[in-house]
Amino acid sequence: MEFDIAIVGAGPAGLGAAIEAAGLGLSVIVLDEQPAPGGQVHRAIEVRKAAGRLDGEDDRDGAALVAAFRASGAVHRPGVQVWWMDPPAGGAGFRLVATQDGASQGIAAKRVLLAVGALERPAPFPGWTLPGVLTVGAAQILLKSGGNLAAAPLVIAGQGPLPLLFASQLAKAGMVPDLILDTAPADAWRRALPHLPGALRGWRQLARGLHLMLALRRSPPHCVARVREIEALGEHRLEAVRYRTEAGWTQVPATILLVHEGVIPNVHAAMSLGVEHVWDDGQACWRPKLGVDGETSVPGLFIAGDAAGIGGWRVAAIDGRLAGLRAAEALGASTDAARRSRLRLERRPHAALRPFLDALGRPREELLAPADATVVCRCEMVTAGAVRAAVQAGATGPNEVKIRTRCGMGPCQGRLCGPSLTMLVAEARGVPPAKAGHLRIRPPLKPVTLGDMAGIPPEDRAG
Amino acid sequence: MFRKPPDAPAGVTVFVAGQPVRMAAGESAAAAVLLAGLGSSRSHPVDGGARLPYCMMGVCFECLMVIDGAPGRQGCLVPVHEGMRIEPMAGLPDLAGAPP
Repeated sequence: MEFDIAIVGAGPAGLGAAIEAAGLGLSVIVLDEQPAPGGQVHRAIEVRKAAGRLDGEDDRDGAALVAAFRASGAVHRPGVQVWWMDPPAGGAGFRLVATQDGASQGIAAKRVLLAVGALERPAPFPGWTLPGVLTVGAAQILLKSGGNLAAAPLVIAGQGPLPLLFASQLAKAGMVPDLILDTAPADAWRRALPHLPGALRGWRQLARGLHLMLALRRSPPHCVARVREIEALGEHRLEAVRYRTEAGWTQVPATILLVHEGVIPNVHAAMSLGVEHVWDDGQACWRPKLGVDGETSVPGLFIAGDAAGIGGWRVAAIDGRLAGLRAAEALGASTDAARRSRLRLERRPHAALRPFLDALGRPREELLAPADATVVCRCEMVTAGAVRAAVQAGATGPNEVKIRTRCGMGPCQGRLCGPSLTMLVAEARGVPPAKAGHLRIRPPLKPVTLGDMAGIPPEDRAG
Repeated sequence: MFRKPPDAPAGVTVFVAGQPVRMAAGESAAAAVLLAGLGSSRSHPVDGGARLPYCMMGVCFECLMVIDGAPGRQGCLVPVHEGMRIEPMAGLPDLAGAPP
């Protein structure tokens, strides 16, 4: 099957791009891992709309975006794993292989847009592999798609807008967490305040944040600020949480611990395609180096939305539209310059809050340099100490550490340990993270069976 | 681990280690395991320890489980269907005898 544009991801950026490109008459396919369009932010939005359970402006605008996508004429392929992507070679376009329910298919496309979103920052701490420890995002997915609530005692540890939003959603469902551990560094507000005047241009979002904080004051959860370290304790499952403040260590019983230390771009697929990446010192993560409207260092390949750099869903939807227009134009469609200007203008207030939020949500030092005994690679159970030892023994970069320790060699393919690897190598070598480098990502991008590979129809196989 | 309030939608029944669990359409197999209160959805191939779903969005691969007889499925990405059978997975996926 051949398309003008293949879009990977059906969140706000992918949907925005598909609506624009399909609207210009291009053939568009949207491949998504999730069962329904909307991305993580608008998960199960169609089901919730049908049940009359939309809540607030974000939900309503998200549902409208999904409805516009459904009407756009773009082909939607939900529930598929895209596990192979080849850049254009020898005059042919991109080649993708996608598998759905065990059936594999090759897809050819002249342009590709990666709109694969973000992931919650992997935050290694002692005990984070215990059953009962999940991310805040995971608990929000459980709440959004099925109304499910965590068992008490519930402890939430972390920082940034998501724990706040989640606590307010819990409150609406009639549940108050037993304890909130705020891990924002002591100087977070001091660093963020200079960015407040700029953030005021995004006053609507700022007001929404304040509203969330005020809503929680009606039945405020017990909250401890300036938490420097956390530990999950238990034999075979979570039984207690220990946390350290300036006053020392405290231990509380817990059945569920939810953690969240901000979100970082999902760079896995882009790295496999050879896109040049830069290390973001402020946010301590890799992000793709981009040109105008999501253009990457690989000709014909675009990245938009949180995968390009964290901006939130409204920025993602607009950037997706802009990338969609640019990709369409490159294929000969005539686009409206005034429309682009309008989109850029519309983007401004939504992006205005970001420097403030970035300064506020800068990860704490303890997170960036886990103790030797802490597991950083959940798949292969490799500790921070083992990574440091590999560097002492001569490994100069994440790929050599991987060969020596198996760190990054498990089924998640370094999605969770990749950022830690870069930072640990940098620390152990005494060089900046940008110089330490990142894991080389190679297809298959998902663990697949030989059956999946053999199942690619002969006409879809590379020559 | 997690509970479904009485007023939440639940039109689909799945079986987690033989035990029936009521779910809403569109929920995932990983959610079913957390609702069933199972202590572990897989034993880790390296340390043998108990694991349960962690990220619920396809990133961490902690929710590898056996779904309708197929081992090594990412439970958080598989929507439930009526009568789905979900079993914990011991160590690495045992591909012998798995459906093609």
